[in-house]
Amino acid sequence: MPFFYSSISVTDLANSTVHLQADSVECSRDDRLLFENLSVEVSGGEALILEGRNGTGKTTLLRILCGLRRPDEGEVRWSGVPIEECAVDFHRHMVYVGHLDGIKRELSALENLRVLQTLSGRGRYSVEEALEAVKLGGFEDIPVHFLSAGQKRRAALARLLVTDARLWVLDEPFTSLDVHGIELVESLMDTHLSAAGALVMTSHHQVHLSAGVIKRLNLSEG
Amino acid sequence: MSVWQAFIELLKRDLRLAMRRRAEIANPLLFFVMVIVLFPLGVGAEPNLLERMSAGVVWVAALLAALLTLDSIFRSDFEDGTLEQLLLSAQPLSVMVLAKVVAHWLVTGLPLLLVAPLLAMLLGMKSAAMGTLMLSLLLGTPVLSLIGAIGVALTVGLRRAGVILSLLVLPLYVPVLIFGAAAVDAAASGLPVAGQLYILAAFLAMALSLAPVAAASALRISLS
Amino acid sequence: MNSFMKWIHKWGSPPWFYRVSGMMLPWLTGLFVITLVYGLYAGLVLAPADYQQGDSFRIIYVHVPAAWMGMFIYMVMAAAAVVHLVWRIKIADVVLISSAPIGASFAFIALVTGSLWGKPMWGTWWTWDARLTSELLLLFIYLGIIALHSAVEDRQSAGRATAVLTLVGVVNIPIIHYSVVWWNTLHQGTTVMRLDGPAIAPEMLWPLLSMAIAFKLYYVIVMMLRARGEILARETKSRWVRELVGGE
Repeated sequence: MPFFYSSISVTDLANSTVHLQADSVECSRDDRLLFENLSVEVSGGEALILEGRNGTGKTTLLRILCGLRRPDEGEVRWSGVPIEECAVDFHRHMVYVGHLDGIKRELSALENLRVLQTLSGRGRYSVEEALEAVKLGGFEDIPVHFLSAGQKRRAALARLLVTDARLWVLDEPFTSLDVHGIELVESLMDTHLSAAGALVMTSHHQVHLSAGVIKRLNLSEG
Repeated sequence: MSVWQAFIELLKRDLRLAMRRRAEIANPLLFFVMVIVLFPLGVGAEPNLLERMSAGVVWVAALLAALLTLDSIFRSDFEDGTLEQLLLSAQPLSVMVLAKVVAHWLVTGLPLLLVAPLLAMLLGMKSAAMGTLMLSLLLGTPVLSLIGAIGVALTVGLRRAGVILSLLVLPLYVPVLIFGAAAVDAAASGLPVAGQLYILAAFLAMALSLAPVAAASALRISLS
Repeated sequence: MNSFMKWIHKWGSPPWFYRVSGMMLPWLTGLFVITLVYGLYAGLVLAPADYQQGDSFRIIYVHVPAAWMGMFIYMVMAAAAVVHLVWRIKIADVVLISSAPIGASFAFIALVTGSLWGKPMWGTWWTWDARLTSELLLLFIYLGIIALHSAVEDRQSAGRATAVLTLVGVVNIPIIHYSVVWWNTLHQGTTVMRLDGPAIAPEMLWPLLSMAIAFKLYYVIVMMLRARGEILARETKSRWVRELVGGE
């Protein structure tokens, strides 16, 4: 159903294991075939890292995996159900941090995350705890446009913690972070993976993870 | 988290944002006033002529002012990525769209409504028609915001959306303009206005039920 | 899968559409020429002059079918939009966007001929007649659709956005039309003569119907030609297009 938002809950995914699967997806942009017949899956405790040169469709694949874009062929399934059919459940258990921070500059980090929490459901951490975890304690009430680019990115990444997301989809999460910021985010990822969460990401940086199974997919090949 | 809570939260967020950039509220109002001032300067200040034109002029100016503000429904959310997040939130997108349109109307449509009688007076509109003018704007301007939301949702991904947006939206505004202005005209001539107002109310009911769904599917396309 | 869906999927396959439309085109063109020649001859020569309007009424043989086509093509586009959005059939997208400029042209022809007719009838090139006004608004809607399609860079998004806009338009067109009719009676009364009288003599009617069929055939022919070009452009890299081009 491309037309109406399907709000029917097909299965309750809260207690089931995490499993995202792309089944022979194909996507082309402006007559250029980015990938075809691509199948990939990720489960709880696994990190899938997408690699490849610029323009090979890493971002496009991420957007397909999180349901922002539909593949030309094939489908993406969440616990075996096509994501269009379980959109509400899927979105409740998935969080996406893209190139854009998704943060309103005029609002404080606290206000930004509150809205998100109301829209996507409460998680294990409160907004304050999440901001503390990304080392933004003390900056909660300042409008985001007074923060540095790195702090802004951390405010965006605090989104990972405030909802009950079991699947993280991250597009270049380390952009504008300094060494400490990167280490911080990597430790958050380790915690997430050891708690049987799943992770799909792209990164130009080398990713150092000490927990979970790391899978790599290079889009430049084939 | 109920849908209703999410609706209120998003509405509050948008109103809070509007309060932090107040100039955006004032500018369309200023535009509305200026357009109305241009008419006597263009067609001459003959009282009879102005009085006869007043209903149409106020409505056309309100329509253009509304058009001018439309882009702000989704544009800034698109640019900073919050629109993506809205699409990926665990709430029905059409309800979220409705929350944003309601906030947009409260910030842009409502002030227009409050200033309109003042400007109508400048054009010499009969005071008997003022109540109807307010009522017709109250029913009509939300329809403008709702239909406009579809247009913005379709064009938000484009770099130069302004002219195309007006091309898409203006023909769809015609029925509201016709019945809005006709209601005010009828009131000024002492005729019954219930029929026109009922039709405007019907337009509003229809736009309320269909436009958010259409705008939501348009947003999905623009963001893919 | 019922037979309707089978039919849709069959027509939805680009190579099939290309092949079948290629076979149909000569026949359609033949029929078009026959209906057009009969319609024009019968309408302009055989039919008697109108007792009120003289020979100037003969413009209805172009004006009325063109006005009908303006609406008809929009309905085809709306149907294509539904098929495209619901079943994701690629051909529907091609049909929709190939039809838009043709529909706009017919709406434009209806406006120009209406205005030409207006000069001897009303003594003025333009009158705010309800039909002409709503035809003008229909033309604006067509132009909006074309503008949106050319503005969106990504072809798939462009097709789907255009389909949504077409459907928004199809809900609005009747509302716009009746609003304009109501507005017209309010401001002008009913003194303006209607463009087509309620009763029409059979020797005037047959040519009119023949012209209407000719216009529809013309639309199908031009739409197919445009669609075939569009399909080749879109599927340049596919095997069937390479075989087609290489084989000839």
